[in-house]
Amino acid sequence: MKCAEFLNELTNYLDGAIDARTKAELEDHLAWCHNCYVVCDTTKKTIEIYRDSQLYELPEDLRTRLRTAIVSKCHARKKSGPEHV
Amino acid sequence: MSTIQPKIGEPVSDELALVQAAKGGDVEAFEDLVRRYDRNVFRIAQHITQNREDAEDVVQDAFLKAYSNLHQFQGQSKFYTWLVRIAVNEALMRLRRRRPERMVSLDEEVKTEEDSLPREVADWSPNPEQQYNQAELRDILTRTIQGLPASFRTVFVLRDVEGLSTEETAEALDLSIPAVKSRLLRARLQLRERLSRFFQRRENGKEKPESGDTNQ
Repeated sequence: MKCAEFLNELTNYLDGAIDARTKAELEDHLAWCHNCYVVCDTTKKTIEIYRDSQLYELPEDLRTRLRTAIVSKCHARKKSGPEHV
Repeated sequence: MSTIQPKIGEPVSDELALVQAAKGGDVEAFEDLVRRYDRNVFRIAQHITQNREDAEDVVQDAFLKAYSNLHQFQGQSKFYTWLVRIAVNEALMRLRRRRPERMVSLDEEVKTEEDSLPREVADWSPNPEQQYNQAELRDILTRTIQGLPASFRTVFVLRDVEGLSTEETAEALDLSIPAVKSRLLRARLQLRERLSRFFQRRENGKEKPESGDTNQ
């Protein structure tokens, strides 16, 4: 397996969306290709860092304000009957 | 090497009942759905629009649009996937409005494979995020993801940050599954490449790079 082929399968590999045979071929490649091992490992870390990063958390006061506005407009729409936005 | 473990979402068993009640005019039931997903919609909206005010507007407009169009929700997909689809469209509309000079589309033509080929293969420190304080790390991550094209950014956020499946992401973005996979691969590789300069293992005494110039 060449590095380019490995990279093409990287997303499927990290997501566990491959059959056992392909997985074995990819892991065989990883065992001897240090560059692909590093790319694979650091891509996995990239995903985990973003997943755990809590970027753009909605502050509680803003959350309440937005929800109050949404609910109040829903009540208004309910009174005025069906409406298409 | 182990695979990425998907996020475990909240149970959705009672969700259809809430949707049915909301369809019948029960605003409190709809409010429960808002509570359940407002944080996710806000995060997705801010990642796409890169603007706080726009993200707030997207949250309001997406939920109101969902409320007004609940009769169109047939229940073949999850309510959340249906809601995300509405929110992404609202967010892209605002992004286009703010940046009319740039074509913003999920179908935008992306460069050749070469743009994703790894150039930086240095290994990272064992705990890269601990090299920086929380504010620095947040700044690095924000600037790095903002540098991705909207089509890559959106797929990465839905799939890897919000934990939608490939199929759900394809449905929410009206893309084919191969298109989602291809954008996801490129997004992941480009983010990895850009983060490498901050997180790679370095010798003692070597200075950290400035975080301000990642958005190129």
